[in-house]
Amino acid sequence: MEILIALIIGLLSGCGVYLLLRARTFTLVLGLTLLSYAINLFLFATGRLVIGQPPVIGATSSPADPLPQALVLTAIVIGFAMTAFAIMLSLRAQAELGSDQVDGERP
Amino acid sequence: MIAAHGPVLPLLLPLTVAIILLFLPRRAQGLTQGLSLSGGLLQVGLALLLLRTLADGTQLVYRLGDWPAPYGIVLVVDRLAAWLLLTSALLALCALIYALAGSDRQGRHFHVLFQLQMFGISGAFVTGDLFNLFVFFEVLLMASYSLLLHGGGGLRTLAGLHYVILNLVGSAIFLLAAGLIYSSCGSLNFAHLAQLMPGLDDAQLALARTGGLLLLVVFALKAGIMPLHLWLPAAYAETSAPVAALFAIMTKVGLYAILRLSTLVFGSNAGALAGLYQPWLLPLALLTLVVGGAGVLAAGRLGRLAAYLIILSVGTLLTAFTGGAAGIAAGLYYLPHSSFATALLFLCAGTLRRLRPASGDQLVADGDLPQPLLLGGAFFVAAMASSGLPPFAGFIAKLLILQALPQALVWGVVLLTALAAVIALARGGSLIFLAASGTMALPRGGRKPVPKTSPWELPAIGGLLLLIVFLTLAAEPALKFTQASARQILEPAQYVRAVLGGS
Repeated sequence: MEILIALIIGLLSGCGVYLLLRARTFTLVLGLTLLSYAINLFLFATGRLVIGQPPVIGATSSPADPLPQALVLTAIVIGFAMTAFAIMLSLRAQAELGSDQVDGERP
Repeated sequence: MIAAHGPVLPLLLPLTVAIILLFLPRRAQGLTQGLSLSGGLLQVGLALLLLRTLADGTQLVYRLGDWPAPYGIVLVVDRLAAWLLLTSALLALCALIYALAGSDRQGRHFHVLFQLQMFGISGAFVTGDLFNLFVFFEVLLMASYSLLLHGGGGLRTLAGLHYVILNLVGSAIFLLAAGLIYSSCGSLNFAHLAQLMPGLDDAQLALARTGGLLLLVVFALKAGIMPLHLWLPAAYAETSAPVAALFAIMTKVGLYAILRLSTLVFGSNAGALAGLYQPWLLPLALLTLVVGGAGVLAAGRLGRLAAYLIILSVGTLLTAFTGGAAGIAAGLYYLPHSSFATALLFLCAGTLRRLRPASGDQLVADGDLPQPLLLGGAFFVAAMASSGLPPFAGFIAKLLILQALPQALVWGVVLLTALAAVIALARGGSLIFLAASGTMALPRGGRKPVPKTSPWELPAIGGLLLLIVFLTLAAEPALKFTQASARQILEPAQYVRAVLGGS
């Protein structure tokens, strides 16, 4: 379980960083999205991985931690809005600069 | 009222004004401007009241929903936070007055975004936990993205794109760091973290150290510290003048976060992680100064010059923050001064762009410039103030900073970069203003009448000038206050007691 989660987070952030380093805005937005998925999964795991336990202290010997879930929820909402903004900005940059290159011109 | 609800008022005020402004129709321009302006004025009044309440050294703690401290959300205002609240409120008021001259009508919802920006900045100063620091950073960034792009234009969009993407990556790293800190300590409340830090075992220490240093990376990105400063010159130089002036305080939010964390969470009582940031701050500060000095000399436009002066002031402040109580006190005195001075330069650059449609704010002579005396005088004061020449507050502050850090390397770098700033500003000023007054007498047939100085630009520029002069005249009480703030933040136990209660 830990290895699976760690591999998924690593794969997602690796792909995200690779796409972020591309020169075009579309891949960049994709990279940001993948990176934020990786971060959200990571945040979820910071409360330790517990399966099938209620988030109530005293109900079981190893209760789940509800706080990271609340943090992830906030992060998802903010990330969603930011992605929408980045997409709109990329479209506007393409319209105004006539190119989808991050540096504004084709190399 | 202030004692009971003080910390939450500087957040509620801009948020409420922004929500009301959102519902006003587009044609109700006078009402929009009036409301926004009174919001800015009230914010200054609130900050002054908070400052007076805190003069006796108490810390105001506000528990949202009255949940006990480590579980609920707390807002804390101490001397440092109140000082920064006042600085940002005054700066925002001047920028807002300048914006009324016309840049607020270049697109929709300028005033809404401006108030939301103030909401984010104030929130970042008063929040008492790491996750809400992230949330308020996002609020202020979201507003800053839109403000930066306000008015449009190809270069502005390009600079904005880089700014947005870098800061989105920064936000991702912030979340990663907050997650690491939470997984090692099990809390995000600053005061609680300060209490938990000494008791961490080896495995947790590794996570907390990684998280803490990642946070330094994020704050360095926001503050524009070398090598994460590359987004700053283009973004600040391309945006409209009042927005750039307001952004003069944005880099200070990053510096504030570094100062708060390095004294409170990773302060002297933090056990193995005490002084986590100390080995990094001085080298980074000196490198930032060198980069800023080189950039100032290379800048070909006034806006870009002012942007590099911001990087210089960030380097100077960071240097000051490594100098113990005396250094922090001098830095906190330098902070409002340098913000006002660079904001004034941005406003001068904006007026210059409007008065000289052909050459803009490039450092070249252009006979078209009317009233070179008035604008040139403002530029002269701003240049003296931002390069730290006497008689202004910058000189006193830099003197105190150098006194707090008696090292040859620090003195050399600070003095040489100040010299670079003086040379660049003197060269720019003489190119723009001296040549302009020389050619004004020439008859110029058939040129388009240039719009005279707008009634809103003069009070904004004059207001910033007055603030700079006032800060110089009130050096003694201001320095007493910043010395008290420095002592307060270097005793984190007091903050922890105020937030968590108990002994």
